[in-house]
Amino acid sequence: MSKRWIVVLKVVGHAACLGPVVWLLWLLYLSVTTQPDALGPDPTHTVTFFTGRATLRLLVITLAVTPVRRLIPKLGWLVRFRRMLGLYAFFYACLHLMTYVWLYAGWSWAAMVDDISQRRFIVAGLTAWLMLVPLALTSTSWSIRKLGGKNWNRLHWLTYAAAISGVVHYWWGVKSGVKSPLAITVVLGVLLVARPILAALQSTGRRAQNTAKA
Amino acid sequence: MLIRTKAEIPSSEITPRETYMNRRAFMARAATAGVVASVAAVAGGGISRLMRPRDVEAAEKLNVVGSPLSLTGEAPTSFEDITHYNNFYEFGVDKGDPARYAGTLKTRPWAVQVEGLVKQKKTFDIDALMKLKQMEERVYRFRCVEGWSMVIPWAGYSLSEFIKACDPLPGANYVQFISLADSKTEKLPFDAGISWPYSEGLRMDEAMHPLTLLTFGLYGEVLPNQDGAPVRLIVPWKYGFKSAKSIVKVKFVKSQPETTWSVMSPGEYGFYSNVNPNRDHPRWSQKTERVIGAPIYAQRKPTLMFNGYGDQVASLYAGMDLKKNY
Repeated sequence: MSKRWIVVLKVVGHAACLGPVVWLLWLLYLSVTTQPDALGPDPTHTVTFFTGRATLRLLVITLAVTPVRRLIPKLGWLVRFRRMLGLYAFFYACLHLMTYVWLYAGWSWAAMVDDISQRRFIVAGLTAWLMLVPLALTSTSWSIRKLGGKNWNRLHWLTYAAAISGVVHYWWGVKSGVKSPLAITVVLGVLLVARPILAALQSTGRRAQNTAKA
Repeated sequence: MLIRTKAEIPSSEITPRETYMNRRAFMARAATAGVVASVAAVAGGGISRLMRPRDVEAAEKLNVVGSPLSLTGEAPTSFEDITHYNNFYEFGVDKGDPARYAGTLKTRPWAVQVEGLVKQKKTFDIDALMKLKQMEERVYRFRCVEGWSMVIPWAGYSLSEFIKACDPLPGANYVQFISLADSKTEKLPFDAGISWPYSEGLRMDEAMHPLTLLTFGLYGEVLPNQDGAPVRLIVPWKYGFKSAKSIVKVKFVKSQPETTWSVMSPGEYGFYSNVNPNRDHPRWSQKTERVIGAPIYAQRKPTLMFNGYGDQVASLYAGMDLKKNY
């Protein structure tokens, strides 16, 4: 992959990640100006689910980078996009949290404390966001050097925990009978299983190679 | 003798049909929707379906008169939102599903069977049922257990009138309502987790309360299929799911009947399910609600005890602990 192509793909990547939020802001603008139903009958609900789903999708795509690289070594350059994807996931998670603080809690600490003490889906969601904070903070190249690759890698396993917590938050938030979180759950499940399987396959592959050599 | 009085507020004046049916606006929206939906598809958002052009058709007008029980001073929700954003699990769990799929529902011929503790079993044909009493327009608040609310101009008459025509026996303490469950005309999705048919119930005094409405229409017209045609219940001080849709059977019983949601998830949904801001759903707060159709920054408002109908209905529950009897 030439440097030029990387630049082009980065531009495309940024556009793809920013597209949804630009789209959402446009609808928001329309809904308070000329077209009141631009965000649907229940705009709060629309914005909540839009930002929440965008977060989970981006988290899952971020997590897919490594397994895809292992499966298809040619796509090794994908790793150069992982930080960007992860940071956009955090960006949407922040928007999602802001939606809650503004449109659900109405900036009231009392309401938030009440929710946290009583509602497990709020706790799960907040936990996921809190886990993403150190990951976003240590996303700089300087942090990677400072922490050392191994420690940094270990810390960033938290991405899995955050994604799991986010999916649990999704299931606990919807009414019984609603199956909309199923798709993202399956994808995350596949990714969780893929890691150890790929690692095992690669180690047996290496052993086979070693035996052949001997 | 039946004295026909002129409607105090003909429903057609509440929201002029032109406003929600404006052809030009509709066409413009449809055109934008096309462009916008393709962008949405690229963006991968699930939002595109919100831009689907709407498909409201004119329905049969009903002869309705005004009612002092109607809410005043609150603007009704648009016809479009009432008919395109609601729950009717027989047609799917998404709130757009009823509008999308309820077209297959057959509302004629239709009969409502009356059985249980009555002098005599009866069957009411829907057309006879609609003529049993003078229909009134009742503008009521509607509060969904999910946390959203509307103001809806229903058309019908008090359920008590129907109950009188059923001749229940003195031992009938509860009334049970059974909705249609017909896999030929309804989807009856398996994944909704409901064992069909949908069942709801009221205590006799709740059923006899003048606010409780046997409902046949909306905005002065026959109920659209997706809102529970041809006949449904409206109990405005309870969460929406208590108001059974597309009723085919009414049963008078001695003891509290099993009702769909309270059987499925007893910790979340009780038999009474009165709107109560002091008793939260275990997973979300019921202290406030989101007004459907309001702009995003002004959507949230406090939820009122008994949905604002406390003056009329609180006495039904005197001495009861409403946190336990939720």
